[in-house]
Amino acid sequence: MSHLARNAAVVTADAGVSDDSVAAPAKRKKSRRSAKPMIDRYRWYEVVGIYAGIAVFLFFVLAPFIEGFLVSLKPLALLFSTPYSFWPKNGSFDAYFSMWQSVPMLGLYIFNSFFISTIVTIIVVAVVVPAAYAFARFPFTGAGLMLGGFLAVNMFSGAVLLIPLFRLMRSLGLLNTYWAMIVPGAAFLIPSSIWLLRTYLMRIPRELDEAAWVDGASRLYTLRRVILPLAMPGIVVVAIMTFIGAYAQQFIFALTFNSKSEFMPLPIGLFAFFGKQEVIWNELMAASFVGILPVMIVIVFLQRYLVAGLTAGAVKQ
Amino acid sequence: MTRQSSATLFALALLLPATIYILGIVAYPLVDTFLLSFTNASLKPQSDWIGWANYQRIFTAGNFTEVIIRTFIWTFFSVSIKMIIGTCGAVLLNAALPGQTVFRILTMPPWVVPMAIGIFMWGWMYNGQFGMISGLLQNFGIINKPVAWLAYGDTAFWATIVTDVWIGVPMVTIYFLAAMQSIPKDLYEAAWTDGAGRFYRFRRITLPMMVPAIITMSLLSLIATFNSFDIIWILTQGGPSGSTTTMIIDTYKTAIGSRKYGEGAARAVVICIFVTLFCLAYFRAVRKLTAGEAK
Repeated sequence: MSHLARNAAVVTADAGVSDDSVAAPAKRKKSRRSAKPMIDRYRWYEVVGIYAGIAVFLFFVLAPFIEGFLVSLKPLALLFSTPYSFWPKNGSFDAYFSMWQSVPMLGLYIFNSFFISTIVTIIVVAVVVPAAYAFARFPFTGAGLMLGGFLAVNMFSGAVLLIPLFRLMRSLGLLNTYWAMIVPGAAFLIPSSIWLLRTYLMRIPRELDEAAWVDGASRLYTLRRVILPLAMPGIVVVAIMTFIGAYAQQFIFALTFNSKSEFMPLPIGLFAFFGKQEVIWNELMAASFVGILPVMIVIVFLQRYLVAGLTAGAVKQ
Repeated sequence: MTRQSSATLFALALLLPATIYILGIVAYPLVDTFLLSFTNASLKPQSDWIGWANYQRIFTAGNFTEVIIRTFIWTFFSVSIKMIIGTCGAVLLNAALPGQTVFRILTMPPWVVPMAIGIFMWGWMYNGQFGMISGLLQNFGIINKPVAWLAYGDTAFWATIVTDVWIGVPMVTIYFLAAMQSIPKDLYEAAWTDGAGRFYRFRRITLPMMVPAIITMSLLSLIATFNSFDIIWILTQGGPSGSTTTMIIDTYKTAIGSRKYGEGAARAVVICIFVTLFCLAYFRAVRKLTAGEAK
């Protein structure tokens, strides 16, 4: 990684140490029981109230996943029995094995989801890196207006532009191919990625570009050999955000521009089953969980970067 | 060539791919929507310029005004509830107690998992016979017979709002949390030294300092909610009997369902006009708020 970032880390660590050594005697005098400052101390009923509030809040946020998971464990007979029981009696993971027969193309749907998101990510990163660098470093006339123009794209949903996009895809002969989902999908992820990466690039000192210029490096060489290596962490965050965005938003373009089941991403593949007469809910929930799993793993390992990325990309919902 | 102008040329060259992409896939379709709205385009290869006829038809025949009003009510409730729950969530997650890192991670799933899959799960929860909501309410004795939430106009309307809130809340919460943590600690310490209680500090420091974030987020959320399609389409497809048909759903049905491209485009243009107004409000608010900060 960049030595710049490491230096920054060292600086903050230093500050932390010196801060502690100064504050420690004062703290010890104030509070023997905990290192927490007094202002952050809570009475027992406040602690109970806050945890109860968090529990209610998280229950709302996670209820569908809890219910979905429990449903995936319940045998179909129990699922359709009354009265309602929350816990799966004699639950099993059977649905996770039988679903591959009931939804025969499940593996392909999952592959398609990953494939579409990967290509979208590659396109977005390739287009966004030079654009973000241009906005971060060259304050040419009209740059602000142009950036505003890109961000305005966020305000329109794909649904509004569906009719001309449909006609465009038809005349390009892209209907019922992967490209019908990839091309429009990437367009709506480009603007916030430009914004996110531009913010990151602006933090790289301008002196580095100038030093390279003085040494006779061309602009393109500077971008390739000086800026890109330093910007790698930022580019990785943008790539992850784009991938998650592309993975999460596969619906409307895939619903409208593709009718071939061999190209369907997971959400559309499963949606087709929801319309059927006999919905095998436990297996569909199991299949949904398999589709969600990769994203969950990403969240757990990369949540620090995600929070930074998601809040910076708040221009887009 | 001077260094300045060569720099500009280089910047424009770097911007070329992104610009072409957006012009082709977003700007051109936007213009095309506008042009199409004045034609009677359909599946037939030829179409004629019919002037304002599409606009005349959608505003005189049918229930377009009703759809607009419904869209606004739907959006209003969804955005307001998101803001309220988001603020509560951020306050709770901001408390200096152990476990918060884990709770923050647990807040994120609705935002990052495939939206459609989250909505499928809600579809099952709303099921009257077997779903969790009807089931638990019956177990607690609040309702005495199963309620199929998506089968009646009123309940379907609110059910789609609840799901939309569920999808929007994580982002609002995380954004508000970031805004809360950027409020200078000295303010709280000064107030605390003067004997201000926790609730008083929230009302007199946190809330006023959060106003810019709340305004920005409400407007962003307004735009996104106004354009919301997946939730309603998966849960009700605009039904029962049109009670959840918002402008986006209405446009989709006209354009893609009935293949009336011209009339659908006219409906899409009306959406674009509203969205543009919201955008202007947003940019105005951002400029005012940042100008206030500079002072």
